[in-house]
Amino acid sequence: MSPILFELLLRSIWETVLMTAASGLISLVFGLPLGLALISTERGGIAENLWVNRALAAIINGFRSVPFIILLVALIPLTRLIVGTSIGTWAAIVPLSIAATPYYARIAEVSLREVDHGLIEAARAMGGNRWTIIREVLVPEALPAIVAGFTVTLVTLIGASAMAGAIGAGGLGDLAIRYGYQRFETSVMVAVVIVLIILVCGIQWAGDRLVARLDRRG
Amino acid sequence: MRSAPERGPHLRFELARTGTRMNQHITASQEIADPTHAQPDASQDVVRLVDLKRRFGQTPAIDGISLTVRKGEILGIIGRSGAGKSTLIRCLNGLERPDSGEVFIEGREISRLGERDLQPLRRRIGMIFQHFNLLSAKTVEENVALPLKIEGRPKAERLARAAELLELVGLSEKAKAYPASLSGGQKQRVGIARALAARPALLLSDEATSALDPETTRSILTLLKDINRQLGLTILLITHEMEVIRSIADRVAVIDAGRIVEQGPVWSVFADPQSDITKSLLGAIRPQLPTELAARLLPASGAETILRVDVAGEAASGPLLSDLATSVPGAFRLVHGGIDYIQQQPVGTLFLSVPGSDASHLADVITFLKARQARVEVLGHVANPV
Repeated sequence: MSPILFELLLRSIWETVLMTAASGLISLVFGLPLGLALISTERGGIAENLWVNRALAAIINGFRSVPFIILLVALIPLTRLIVGTSIGTWAAIVPLSIAATPYYARIAEVSLREVDHGLIEAARAMGGNRWTIIREVLVPEALPAIVAGFTVTLVTLIGASAMAGAIGAGGLGDLAIRYGYQRFETSVMVAVVIVLIILVCGIQWAGDRLVARLDRRG
Repeated sequence: MRSAPERGPHLRFELARTGTRMNQHITASQEIADPTHAQPDASQDVVRLVDLKRRFGQTPAIDGISLTVRKGEILGIIGRSGAGKSTLIRCLNGLERPDSGEVFIEGREISRLGERDLQPLRRRIGMIFQHFNLLSAKTVEENVALPLKIEGRPKAERLARAAELLELVGLSEKAKAYPASLSGGQKQRVGIARALAARPALLLSDEATSALDPETTRSILTLLKDINRQLGLTILLITHEMEVIRSIADRVAVIDAGRIVEQGPVWSVFADPQSDITKSLLGAIRPQLPTELAARLLPASGAETILRVDVAGEAASGPLLSDLATSVPGAFRLVHGGIDYIQQQPVGTLFLSVPGSDASHLADVITFLKARQARVEVLGHVANPV
């Protein structure tokens, strides 16, 4: 592999890491509250409101049913509004985040629902309000599952970011298509696959370690 | 009949920390140190329920329950599963809303309060649970301190109080441990410490020992009794085990299908149960006619007659059987039975076998026993009791 290609590889790794990290962070920041809103507003939840619950569920399902490659194109006007351009790594972060947020919201919802209802009842019996229940019970008790779900989301985002190459986002997927496939640079293709494997394994390993450290349930 | 509270080292610590308020509290509980004989006094009622009703769909869970819990007493509510106990106890801290009726806590009607108004009130009421409900992500001391965190107390105060309570329940060395590393009994001790953290006026116990083995159950019940005596804390507990009622309750209310079928001081309900449900719940801890004998009972006649004799108080403490032997000449045999002590009152059940060839002898035996305040029931006859 030529030094130029190697430099390209390094830049692509950085672009993939940037896209994954930024959109992952955004999906965490918005997805976790969305997940909390979903379980709080459902029947028997701490802030039962079935209309809000149905509306949220409909929006989340709507976004989740659109294939990512279509979402990527459909969101171009919004991307332009936010980032100023629809091309490049930063531009790709907008559709990636919008796809990952409802995905992570569902994962967070499932994690939070696993929290024993008795614990919520205990917090209520102590005189805790909704905020107490969220801060002291729901989130800390579901934290291992929340982190495990976030790991899954990050890995999914690495895959999705390869597709973002279609709007000139760069990244490893883009590199593999343009150099590895279209220019028959087998070494680039092999290098990209190896780097992706290392990235995914690294994220999974780090996630698993964090979960093990957070999980106090013995 | 209950002795004045023993002031152990922990209690002195309590008094030193809380000053006059706690002193008054203790004095008040000493005045009614014998709740079974205390005069009804509305100002001493920690809980008063008036015609409480709650239904789920078509099935009534609570169907008109009126009840009071007096300051400093341990009231046990017993019933089979599905009798409405859990719904009832949850109405007391507003976790469950009654459809109708009133719930007074320390004189204040709470059943119509909003969630926001209930929150400060719930801090006056501690609760312990069958499955402990400890937060797995928090250490033991963080769990115990949580009610104070909810109250907005500073961290130093929370930790000091947690340490004090962990000492009270004998788990000081586990302060930094996580609940997963504790045994069931230890978890419930943490649950009790947590329930006491905010110095409640009332402790609700929801089947607190039902998930524990008999030995651990005894130690938890002893702890609850100690807390009741030392701190004068009023306790309302629900259970399906008569043994729990027997060990620590002052008064008992038996509920079935959402209604109270019987209530009173524990020893008197044990000595003279009125309802079938009470008798059947008592069956587990009272002497029963041995099954091999029961299987051979004939309704009409036989060589010997089997009597069930229930005794309490005088009849149980006096030399009943030797008096019977001297007063009514003729043979009788003790087949089975025993005398138990409930709230220091002897309560017993004896099964006697009386030769049935002479009807007047049997009548004499029954007359003598009834004159001694024993309740006598002819169970049947057997050809040969042995």
